[in-house]
Amino acid sequence: MSFEIPDELYYLESHEWIDPDTGRIGISEFAQDELGDVVFVELPDEGDELIHEEEFGVVESIKAVSDLYSPADGEVTAVNEALFDRPELVNDDPFGEGWMLELDVEGDLDGLLSAEEYADQIE
Amino acid sequence: MSDRKPPLYVSHEERGATFTPFGGWEMPVEFDSIRAEHEAVRDSAGIFDVSHMGEIEVSGPDAATLLQRLTTNDVESISIGNAQYSTITDTDGTILDDTVIYRLDEGEFLFIPNAGHDEQMEERWIEHRDEWGLDCAVENTTDKWAMFAIQGPEAEALVSDAAGEELRDLGRFSITEAEVAGTDCLLARTGYTGEDGYEALVPWNSAERVWTEFDCQPCGLGARDTLRIEAGFLLSGQDFDPEENPRTPYEARIGFAVDLDTEFVGRDALVRVEEDGPEELFVGVRLEERGVPRHGYEIVTDGEVVGEITSGTMSPTLGEPIGLGYVPTEYAETGTHVSVRIRGADKRARIETPGFLGDR
Repeated sequence: MSFEIPDELYYLESHEWIDPDTGRIGISEFAQDELGDVVFVELPDEGDELIHEEEFGVVESIKAVSDLYSPADGEVTAVNEALFDRPELVNDDPFGEGWMLELDVEGDLDGLLSAEEYADQIE
Repeated sequence: MSDRKPPLYVSHEERGATFTPFGGWEMPVEFDSIRAEHEAVRDSAGIFDVSHMGEIEVSGPDAATLLQRLTTNDVESISIGNAQYSTITDTDGTILDDTVIYRLDEGEFLFIPNAGHDEQMEERWIEHRDEWGLDCAVENTTDKWAMFAIQGPEAEALVSDAAGEELRDLGRFSITEAEVAGTDCLLARTGYTGEDGYEALVPWNSAERVWTEFDCQPCGLGARDTLRIEAGFLLSGQDFDPEENPRTPYEARIGFAVDLDTEFVGRDALVRVEEDGPEELFVGVRLEERGVPRHGYEIVTDGEVVGEITSGTMSPTLGEPIGLGYVPTEYAETGTHVSVRIRGADKRARIETPGFLGDR
């Protein structure tokens, strides 16, 4: 099965993506498929500071609990509250309506994978 | 030792199943999506491969006596063609396993140990038979039988189409011989989902032929777990476990499977528990805040840990987070407010009697 991996995004090995233009963060299509039916998302509040590769929240499917890791340092400027009522958006549209939060990125986006490198990782 | 595989392992793989190790077996956990499979069983019908369940056949003049002494319920009360839920307890009254016993004929029984317990049960049965000098054969036939569960409101129509109209009238907890797809099977009206349904014992080599005869949603162990949690059914090795979480049948609220008028291993200990009442009880927990209760999470009241969640999920039927676990009897009454500690935060919850579906 092949998964969508948008070229313009950067990725963490732990399957989170970040849009370098907007600072928007989510999890990949591959990750949501591995998790199965997402039933719960726990996210930080606006104004919280995230640190590169540190936990910022949790995504739970019926069968598993997974930590979420931040692709960058920065302050949370928006949280997708739609996920609190409709966590299944993460399954339905992981790069679109299933986004999780927006970050005011501090510094450079270092140490992230390109779409090509991420594709190699999940092969 | 590598995991045992069900006879349809390759076919399941071709159908897109993902697998999980369970009780020493490599079993399908999900075919399409746990939610879709769960909903099929609640709304129409689904078929599960439960070939990881054990089969032990006990036959001969003293078969009933051996079963009577090793299980907690009254074996003599099972008439031919019927089944009984029972438990196997240790001398201290804690549950080693729970099981369904089928009486196939005079002096001919079959019981179903949980996944991975078949060899241990076979050994236990043979040891006690020899110790007590009883005349019966104990045969572990786990590798001869595949087992399928066809469950849901449309199961009756599906099974009677496949195996004959007379199966429509098979009573709950009854078992009969039946022919499906030209194969001699045993069909019982039993299950583990909270729905009407059947379980079929199918000769290992004919498994594919019989499986394809039941045209409904294939389901994995993931949906089986969410369905049984909603129904409030215990999972061996998780909601009770002789090593990790020893529980008596009274604590686990299956005292109905204990008949103290019979003599069995563990009876003396259970007489005392029955007289004094259990100190802890199996309960349902419904979360009133966002979060999902999971195995191992603490149940808290007034900041003090009083119990533990043994199973939990987001209920696909109710859309609410639910769990099962144990608390001291004083907190076990329906409506009692407790909290479940989830990643350090105490989330408000309410105690219920296990079985969340009510009049859904």
